[in-house]
Amino acid sequence: MPQASTQVPEGYVKAFFRPRSLSDAKYTYCPGCHHGIVGRLIAEAIDELGIQDRTVGIAPVGCAVFLYQFYRVDFVQAAHGRACAVATGIKRANPELVVFSYQGDGDLAAIGTAETVHAANRGENITVIFVNNQVYGMTGGEMAPTTLPGQRTTTTPEGRDVRLTGYPLRISEMLAQLDGPAYITRQSVHDVRHIQMARRAILKAFRNQLEGKGFSLVEIVAACPTNLKLPPPQANRWVAENALKYFPLGDLKVKGG
Amino acid sequence: MTRMLLRGNEAIAEAAIRSGLKCYFCYPITPQGELVEYMARELPKRGGVFLQAESEVAAINMVYGAAAAGVRTMTSSSSPGISLKQEGISYLAGARLPAVIVNMMRGGPGLGNIAPAQGDYFQATKGGGHGDYHLIVLAPSTVPEAAQLVMLAFELSDRYRVPAMILADGMLGQMMEPVELPPPVDPKGIPQRPWAVTGAKGRPPNVILSFDLEPQRLKEMNLVLQETYREIERNEVRWEEMATDDAQILIVAYGTMGRIAKTVVRRARKEGIRAGLLRPITLWPFPYEPIRRLSERVPTVLTVELSAGQMWEDVRLAVEGRAKTPFYGELGGVVPTPKEILSEVKRHATG
Amino acid sequence: MELGVIFAGFGGQGILLAGKVLARAGMDRGLEVTWLPSYGPEMRGGTANCTVVLADEPIGSPIVDAPQALVAMNLPSLDRFEGRVAKDGLIVYNSSLIPRALKRSDVRGIPVPANDIARQLGSPRTINMVALGALLRALGAVPLEAAEEAMAHELRARGRERLIEVNQRALARGFSEAGKYLGDR
Repeated sequence: MPQASTQVPEGYVKAFFRPRSLSDAKYTYCPGCHHGIVGRLIAEAIDELGIQDRTVGIAPVGCAVFLYQFYRVDFVQAAHGRACAVATGIKRANPELVVFSYQGDGDLAAIGTAETVHAANRGENITVIFVNNQVYGMTGGEMAPTTLPGQRTTTTPEGRDVRLTGYPLRISEMLAQLDGPAYITRQSVHDVRHIQMARRAILKAFRNQLEGKGFSLVEIVAACPTNLKLPPPQANRWVAENALKYFPLGDLKVKGG
Repeated sequence: MTRMLLRGNEAIAEAAIRSGLKCYFCYPITPQGELVEYMARELPKRGGVFLQAESEVAAINMVYGAAAAGVRTMTSSSSPGISLKQEGISYLAGARLPAVIVNMMRGGPGLGNIAPAQGDYFQATKGGGHGDYHLIVLAPSTVPEAAQLVMLAFELSDRYRVPAMILADGMLGQMMEPVELPPPVDPKGIPQRPWAVTGAKGRPPNVILSFDLEPQRLKEMNLVLQETYREIERNEVRWEEMATDDAQILIVAYGTMGRIAKTVVRRARKEGIRAGLLRPITLWPFPYEPIRRLSERVPTVLTVELSAGQMWEDVRLAVEGRAKTPFYGELGGVVPTPKEILSEVKRHATG
Repeated sequence: MELGVIFAGFGGQGILLAGKVLARAGMDRGLEVTWLPSYGPEMRGGTANCTVVLADEPIGSPIVDAPQALVAMNLPSLDRFEGRVAKDGLIVYNSSLIPRALKRSDVRGIPVPANDIARQLGSPRTINMVALGALLRALGAVPLEAAEEAMAHELRARGRERLIEVNQRALARGFSEAGKYLGDR
């Protein structure tokens, strides 16, 4: 149901609506955080495909832990890192459901690496939205598996020293090597053009599931302005100038295409 | 009904399938391999899902997902694997999801060995994972009883929305005994799950979670759990008594040790010692009351376990000093023979 | 009535199956039975053993400290379990592989050249059924026919129907072999 929050002046037409599958709850994210944009793109995909009444989302542990509040779809809160296993359980129990997990980099690429790799390898017919913002946002800005070399975090106060803590994990490239996944892509939402591309990728990842194609993962290279200690516009620029150098955008695997 | 000669592990698997099990997730570990193999062979044929996960952690979280989706679901493992499942078990308890977990206990701690043991009693009955919760813990002592208790575990878990555990040991899993299995449960008899995630069609969205940042609300969630536990304690305590009427020494033992103790009681009686047995069938809720009652007239209550004395603590809580409470246990997968237990009984009955 | 029987031998001598056939035969004749294998590293190369209890009332312990009967298929098994057999109990031992006589004089000993008989039957792997046949004769608790049916059931379940006939003969040979030591029982 489109909801007019403001009066539309005469002569104007309201053209920008809140997606039906988003609830009225206000985002709890910080200003400029990319989670909000990604969350909306998911809702748009659900609306466009008309699957609101058979979608089940899996909320992670991390900044998106409140995800279940923001949608008008069924939701399950998973333990840290276990979303792909929980999604597997739901999808296997009821294949009619459209199951997506929403996970951060700590959740998906550190504590949940095993669950992610094996769900991908089994070709589980689920959709995974992976928000890579290079930091543990919720717990206070600690180093993530994806933190860039030299990047300062609360646990790498002098910058990430790769000799001590290794390199940022390019998990999408790893997953793309497997035979199981149908679709692995990396996108970003730091400007309008990229938001549109990310929107199409997310839509495809959901459509793949409806078509029974199997495991689809959309990685979004995202900004965490709060922990970058940058105003949102500069945080967007930081993504373009730094993060994307390490995490190049584009499709990494498209099965049969 | 025909009697089937089944291993404990096989009887548990078959009983679970007859209970309407839809999704079984596992990771291989000895000594419950036959359970996994039985499921792999039988469950897909009978309309269920069998999936070997990448770890015990993943398996229990798949159970969490399937339980959230509203089907009867189960996992099984043995001690070290059950330790890994504790995270998921705590989440199941917090989210009030029904599920059945089988633990075929083996020697511990650490990697231990694959011989029968009862060293996971604390873990099973006192929580195991983080937070204030309990599992319904059922301890079969024979293969037919294992089958029966699996069906009961599904029933109770559904009724109370509390995960249930079958706590047995490797010996029960490996041994064979004749079993008469009841027919499969009528799916219509399985309780509805209006809370499950089945797609928000014609209703507000359902949300499964074990989480609330607001302390007062999380307290209320906890109080719901606690009320449920009190109700289970009132209604579901199960135990078996043997020759307790005139007993001068009462053995308390569960599972495999419970059945071995029956032989001990018979032999003691032949030798003129008035021994009796109380065998807890539910380890949580624990039969405090019947033990308390018996301790008013039995001077000695001997706990026998394959552990260093875990259930013994609950027995002493029940006896509250009214009787002597000696303990006899074996460790590391060593199983005492009836003769060895009998000599303990004699020592305490006369001493 | 409660009878405990221990079957012991090398892994690969069909010890567990012999015990299982006895348990199934007992069950089919309306008895309570338990079958308890030793499991684990012992199964690989060391001695394998299993304990069968037959009773006409519910069975308590599946572990038997003083069995009424022992079937020992090799010397280490006899060495290990001979002392545990109940007084006036029974020991069926594989005289093809066990070069010594029994140390006990308060038990009935039945030497059965199981390997030699099995070889004569053209199927060396039937030593377990030869020994079981001898045990059945001496024990008297379960008829030979019940064991034949149970053995056929087990082999069918393993897709080994073609071996039923030779195993039947092995049971029968063991059964008659024991007769030599038991007079007209």
